[in-house]
Amino acid sequence: MSRLVCTALVSVLLMTTDHSAQYLQTVRSALSTLVYPLQYAVHLPIRSAAWVAENMSSRETLIAQNERLKVDRLHLQVRLEKLVELESENRRLRTLLDSSVKTGEKVLIAELLSVDMNLFNRRIVLNKGRRHGVYIGQSLVDAQGVMGQVTSVGPFSSSALLITDPSHALPVQSHRTGLRAVALGSGAADLVTLSHIPNNADIRVGDLLVTSGLGARFPHGYPVGRVTRVQRDSGQPFASVDVEPSARLERNREVLLIWATGQRSGGALIDSSYHLGAAER
Amino acid sequence: MNARSSPGRGNGVIAFTFVVALMLTALPMPEWATLWRPAWVALVLIYWCMALPGRSGVLVGWSVGILLDVMSGTLLGQHALALAVIAFIAHKLHRRVRVLPVWQQGLTVFGMVFVFQALVLWINGIKGMPVSLSAYLAAPLVSMLLWPWVFVLLRDTRRRFAVN
Repeated sequence: MSRLVCTALVSVLLMTTDHSAQYLQTVRSALSTLVYPLQYAVHLPIRSAAWVAENMSSRETLIAQNERLKVDRLHLQVRLEKLVELESENRRLRTLLDSSVKTGEKVLIAELLSVDMNLFNRRIVLNKGRRHGVYIGQSLVDAQGVMGQVTSVGPFSSSALLITDPSHALPVQSHRTGLRAVALGSGAADLVTLSHIPNNADIRVGDLLVTSGLGARFPHGYPVGRVTRVQRDSGQPFASVDVEPSARLERNREVLLIWATGQRSGGALIDSSYHLGAAER
Repeated sequence: MNARSSPGRGNGVIAFTFVVALMLTALPMPEWATLWRPAWVALVLIYWCMALPGRSGVLVGWSVGILLDVMSGTLLGQHALALAVIAFIAHKLHRRVRVLPVWQQGLTVFGMVFVFQALVLWINGIKGMPVSLSAYLAAPLVSMLLWPWVFVLLRDTRRRFAVN
């Protein structure tokens, strides 16, 4: 009995500390080293299955795939050339305007080790950690859009919160109108909602939302999702807006970690009132 | 006989079963199936607490719970508290439950896993996460149905390695 009371007290103490402060981050990362082999072992059969599939795939499929990739690469290269041109033009114009937005980011590909088993948490574990320079608050994207941010880092692995997690909020901006909003996770796999959108705001189904870069957590201008439903109820103070994330949150095996080399430094845009809680409530 | 000469080996076997349970918990599953994931760690803990109450108890449950917390990214102590409580219950009830047929033990397991699940979900609720009623019942139900197999498997493991 006394043991139970002791462990219960210690648990409650740990939980409150863990919830409100960052002291336990080191304990967590030390213990995560202990758990890492387990997660690795669970992941191993999936990885080896993929490896076998790759090695067993026939010559024709490989040739066809190669062919397709070559074509894709050509297309992308053409677009990239244009992009380089645009980027340099953009930089020139910005220096003319004396603004301090820098472009250029370093990325690293990470693989998913596990996804969360709790029903309403949207959390993933990645196979890159402090050894690879991952830090808390780092943003995570895939080829289609923003996925989430890193919340704790171990030596070899790190865990990240997806933008659909109910405790996640992400400052966004409408691509069409520039309207700023905060996208809150819903707990469902393919839904985030916008909070505090006035009923008369200019937002439509199909609008593309991008990260606004406010809050200084996420880099500016990555696609977040498209508006799928706007409901304006005159009895309610705010419209309810549903957004479908463009990142393939539940289907990815590889994700990209971004090192933002330049934030907006000292720009007039970052007023203290715009720090929207830095995306983690 | 064998086990008495080397008590460390039994601990190894117990630890191994917990490792397997943790791995099963981390196994990736499709979206719809996550609700129905049995509480593997709780099942293994209940077995050892009832079969060998002298060797496994509240402290073992708590330590495994901390590992489970780290692995699943929940608050440190959340699963630990829940597992410590069901270890305590299993410890209290082991004399009465051990003599029952396996399917009736399953009903007790349902109750204990329900307590486990309720504690974890309550703490989630305090943190402000949404909770559905089916989440309370799905895991205990699946755990109850799986109990006979888990029981036989663990009993045979225990006899095979003479852990007592």
